[in-house]
Amino acid sequence: MENKKSKLSIFTNGFIKENPILVLVLGTCPTLAVSTMASNGIGMGLCVTFVLFFSNIFISALKKIIPDQVRIPCYIVVIATFVSVLQMLLQAYLPDLNKSLGLYVPLIVVNCIILGRAEAFANKNSVVDSALDGLGMGLGYTCALTIMACIRELLGAGTIFGHVVTANLFSPMSIFVLAPGGFFTFGCIIAALNKLTKGRVKEKQAANKCLGCPGASVCSKVEEGGC
Amino acid sequence: MKEMLMIIMAAVLANNYVLVRFLGICPFLGVSKKLDSAVGMSFAVIFVMVLATAATWPIQRLLLDPNGIGYMQTTVFILVIAALVQLIETFMKKSLPALHKSLGIYLPLITTNCAVLGVCTLNIDEGYTFIQSLMNSFGSGVGFLLAMFLFAGVRSKIEENDYPESFKGVASTLVAASILSVSFMGFSGMIDNIFGM
Repeated sequence: MENKKSKLSIFTNGFIKENPILVLVLGTCPTLAVSTMASNGIGMGLCVTFVLFFSNIFISALKKIIPDQVRIPCYIVVIATFVSVLQMLLQAYLPDLNKSLGLYVPLIVVNCIILGRAEAFANKNSVVDSALDGLGMGLGYTCALTIMACIRELLGAGTIFGHVVTANLFSPMSIFVLAPGGFFTFGCIIAALNKLTKGRVKEKQAANKCLGCPGASVCSKVEEGGC
Repeated sequence: MKEMLMIIMAAVLANNYVLVRFLGICPFLGVSKKLDSAVGMSFAVIFVMVLATAATWPIQRLLLDPNGIGYMQTTVFILVIAALVQLIETFMKKSLPALHKSLGIYLPLITTNCAVLGVCTLNIDEGYTFIQSLMNSFGSGVGFLLAMFLFAGVRSKIEENDYPESFKGVASTLVAASILSVSFMGFSGMIDNIFGM
C-alpha cells in the first residue's frame, strides 16, 4: 500500500491531510508556548523541521540495524543528538532566537511529532520517502504555527513580524499573547477547520487518537480506544 | 523555610506547569477525560519528576559541568529519565503490583512527557541548589495534579452540554483550558505579595 503513494503525496500529506498540529493535534506544548510572535513561530517551525528531517533519514536508514525491542530508546538518542546539534547552531548563529525560544529548544526531544513520525513512518519506509515525509510534516507544522502566531500577535500586540499593522484601529488585547489566549486561539482554529471541512477533521481526530502518541506501542489503552 | 515554601507555592500556582508554562499539554488534553486516570497519571508524574531531578541534578553538577561537557545535557537527561522510568516500572511490577496496576500504565507515557525533561532542565537553568530543585520538582508535580484534577472536573461538565457542532472534540477542550488558565493568571502577583518580595 505504501509503495503506491507518489512522492508528492507523501510530501503534501503533512501539509493538509495529516497536518501535525491542526489534524493530529501533536506537539501542542511548544505550539502554544512559542506562538506569541510570528517570528518565533517560524523559528520554532524550522527548528522542528530540521530535527524531523534528519532524524527521519537516520532512523529510516538504521531501521534494519535497530532491534525492535529497544527501538524507542534508540530513536530518542538519534533525536537528542540532532537537538543538541541544533542547540549549538542556534547559540552560535542565532542567539536572539535561541533566547526567545529558551527551554523549548531542548524540549524538541520530547516533541511527539518527531517520535510519532519515527514510529509511524520512518521505520517502515525508504530513506527518500522518510526524508520527504519529514520535510512535509515539518513545513506543515511551520505553516500552522506561523498562522497561529500571526493571529495571536495581531490581536495581542497589534503587530505582525514586529511591524505595526493595526495603527489605531483597535487597542491590542494583550491576553492573546498570554497563556489563555494561546489555548483559545488554538481551539478556535480547530473549530474553524471543523466547520470548513464539515467535520472531517474531527472524525480523523477521533479515529487517530493514539496514532501520533509515542507511547502508543507500549500503551495498554490503545485497544480501549484511547486514554 | 520561607524560601522553600515560596518555591513550592510558585511552582504550584503562579508558574503552573500546564496552564502557565505550557508543559505536559499532551497528557493534560489526552488523559483528563476521566477523573481516576487523571489523578493516577498525575501521581506518576510527581513521582517521576522528583526522582528524575534527584538523578539529573547531581549528574549535571558533578559530572557534566566539571568536565566541560554541559552541552550533552539534553541527551544525557532524556536517557537518564528513560532509564529511570523503565527501572521504576520493572521494580514496581515485581514488588508493588498493586501500585503498578494503578500507575504502571502511565509510566511509559511519562518518558516523553515534556514536563519531566522541562523541570530537570529548568532546575539547572534557574541555578537552584539540590534541595531547592527537589522542592521545585515536587511543587511542579503538585501543580500538574491540581490542573489535571480541576480540568477533569470541568470536562465532565462540558460533555453534558450542548454547544456548536464544530466545537465538539478537541476545540471545546482547548477553549475550556483557556478559561481555566485565566483563573491561574490571577495567582501571578500573589506569591510575591504574600512573601513580601
